[in-house]
Formats: sequence, structure tokens, C-alpha cells
Amino acid sequence: MHDDHDHSQGSEMSPMVARVRALETLLTDKGYVEPSALDLIVETYETKIGPRNGAQIVARAWTDTAYKIRLLKDATAAITELGFSGVQGEHMVAVENTDTVHNLVVCTLCSCYPLPVLGLPPVWYKSAPYRSRAVLDPRGVLTEFGLTLPVAKEIRVWDSTAEIRYLVVPQRPAGTEGWPAEKLATLVTRDSMIGTGLALDPITSGNSS
Amino acid sequence: MNGAHDMGGVMGFGPVVAEKNEPVFHFEWEGRVRAMTMAMGGPMGSNIDQGRFAREDRSPSDYLSKTYYELWFAGLVRMLLDRGLVMAEELTAGRSMHPAKPIPRTLRTEDVSSVLAKGRPYGRTIQQPARFKPGDRVRARNMHPAGHTRLPRYVRGRIGTVTHAHGAHVFPDSNAAGLGEAPQWLYNVRFMGRELWGEAADPTLTVSVDAWESYLEPIL
Repeated sequence: MHDDHDHSQGSEMSPMVARVRALETLLTDKGYVEPSALDLIVETYETKIGPRNGAQIVARAWTDTAYKIRLLKDATAAITELGFSGVQGEHMVAVENTDTVHNLVVCTLCSCYPLPVLGLPPVWYKSAPYRSRAVLDPRGVLTEFGLTLPVAKEIRVWDSTAEIRYLVVPQRPAGTEGWPAEKLATLVTRDSMIGTGLALDPITSGNSS
Repeated sequence: MNGAHDMGGVMGFGPVVAEKNEPVFHFEWEGRVRAMTMAMGGPMGSNIDQGRFAREDRSPSDYLSKTYYELWFAGLVRMLLDRGLVMAEELTAGRSMHPAKPIPRTLRTEDVSSVLAKGRPYGRTIQQPARFKPGDRVRARNMHPAGHTRLPRYVRGRIGTVTHAHGAHVFPDSNAAGLGEAPQWLYNVRFMGRELWGEAADPTLTVSVDAWESYLEPIL
């Protein structure tokens, strides 16, 4: 599975464009699919389901201790409370980063990812470099994301080998005391919920105003 | 199967390169492939494990030379051909040349949102009590099935600790083969980095997998 995007694939003449178009025409002619249903699936993943959903979960957990306890105990139910359930989020587990533990999520076998809270995974998450090395050399992988963890910090890697999907609850950044959940959510990046990043710093990210 | 998809611990793929402001789909056709694969689950009467196996069951050179959505396309085409829902000459022609086969159901546009929001839970109730409990030490079996399995090679034969029992879940090895859901207890099992990768491994590393009961044997 190579990661390079051959941009010729995007041209009208590319073989994949032609093959996919031919297949859709065929499936539609046979009455197996409705093209408007396909449109809606694409639109949903492009515009409605994404890491902003997960950020709301994390921000709520940062501001509401009772919610955080529910989230860490039964993430599926706690996430459903906020309205984010569905395909590939049927069985959720939330894992919390602390001063002593950093969590990192991978799927070494394919590309399992908590879709309702994070949307579709980025290319790097599905790529061979990440899938091969996240379990063997996670510190090396994190360095490539610009993240160097204290040497004594425990790294827990979660390989998504079943239908359990993992959401990392990053540590709340310092300097955000008293922030409402809505504002905190702007600091919660996709990568911080996978474990390849931290939540944004309110000063350096320019979100402090 | 011991395929190229089972990547944990493999070396030589180079650094992880993240793209800034990455689009959800890089090309329109990728979105169509994703959507067709989802929409055809019902008509094909297929399950998620059959879908995964259709993508991974190929030579390493084939698997590694395809982009992610090229693999999805190849997997979808294989499942359609296997079920006789389309014929090879129709794929080439890009039009229907044979009558459609009867299918269980189609995904209608008005149902897309509810289907996506509802999901498809894989937990099942079984009578059999759990063989393991949190804290138990277990060994991941040294097994090499030719069909679909979700026990990665890098944990096989290694000793870990059960951290959690998730309940009974559909068993992929059986489900992918069309032999039924055959639900089993599913556990989270945590391995020390040094158990997996040897003395030189990071002492602060643990790696956990979710493993079905038949993937595990007790350490007495």
C-alpha cells in the first residue's frame, strides 16, 4: 500500500476514474445502488462527521468531571449522550493521557478508526510507515510529528484489532482555567485524539484571546 | 493469512509523512469507492470481515502497490464477482449485459443518515462464561490460519496480561469465511514492549490488542 498520491489519478483520463465510473454506472443500471445515496454518504463524511465531534467530547470531559467519569467507564454511552454514534463507533473506549501515561492509537492490520468522533482517517494513519512502526517505535513516530515525550513517560499503544474503537483524551493545556467547553474544543486537534499530538497550547496557537 | 496487510513491526517503509490541511478525499473517485462499498453491503449480503478479507487477500506486491482506495476498489470488485452480482465483461463495458440478480435490499437515500447514525453493533450475548479475567496472564497462540484473522503476527507466541473483558463479539475468522458469527469473548490484552521486541525495546512501552478467546491460551 504505497502512500504517494499519483496526481495523474485525478485527471479525466486516469484509469481509476474510468473504472470507478464504469462500476457506478453498472451498479446503478442493475438497481443495486442509488447514486443520490452515494452522494449523501460522501457529503456526510466530507462535511458532517469529523474531529470537531471528538473535540466536543474531550472539552466536555475537561469541564465536567461526572461526564469524564462516565466517558472513561462507558465511552459508547457517554459519546452517544452528545449525539455522536454510528458506523465504526459502536464500541468506544476512551483512554486518558496523564502526567505519567501517553496513549497512542493505531490499526496495524487495516485502518480501523472511530469514525463518528474523528471522521475518516488521514492518509498517514492508513499508511504503511505508521501502521508498521507505531507498535515498534512509537517514540520515533511521535518525533516525526514534532512530539518528544519525557523519557520516563509510559507509552500505551492501542492496536485496534477488533471492533473496539479508541479515543484518546489528551491532557488539558495549562492556562485554560475557567474556559468554557466551547472554547476549549478549539484546542483539541484530531492528532491529539489519536495520540500523535497534544492539545494546542492556548498561547502559541493564538487561541488565547 | 500472513499477508502484507499485517504490518506491525515491519521495517523499511520510511518516515510517517502527514499532509497539512488534508482533504477527506483526494480524488472524487475515492469518495465514490468508499460510498459504493458501504452501500453495497446490503445488496451483497456481506459483512465487515468479508470486506476486510477481500482487500487483504492478495499477494504482498499487489497489496503494497495499491493506494488505500485502490485496495477498496479491488476488494469491492472481487466481492461483486464472487457473488455473481456483476460479470467481468460488464465491468469492462461499463454497462449491464445480464439481468440483475435478486438482492436482499438496497440502501435508499432517505435511509443513509439513519444507517450511518445507527451503526451495526458486534457485541453478542453468549451462554459460555468468560475463560479469562482481568489480571490473567495469557499467551497469544502461535497460529497461522490461511483465512482472515485479527491476531497480528507480532503478538503471536507472546505473553501478555488481560486488562479488560469486552463481552462476546462476532468472531472475524468465522464471519469472514461465511461460517456464521460464532461469537466469542473478546479481551484487551496488554504486552510489554520488551516481550514483543526484545531487550532493546523501550522499557516504557506497552502495546495492547483486542483478542478473541480462541486466540489466547492460559499461562498456568
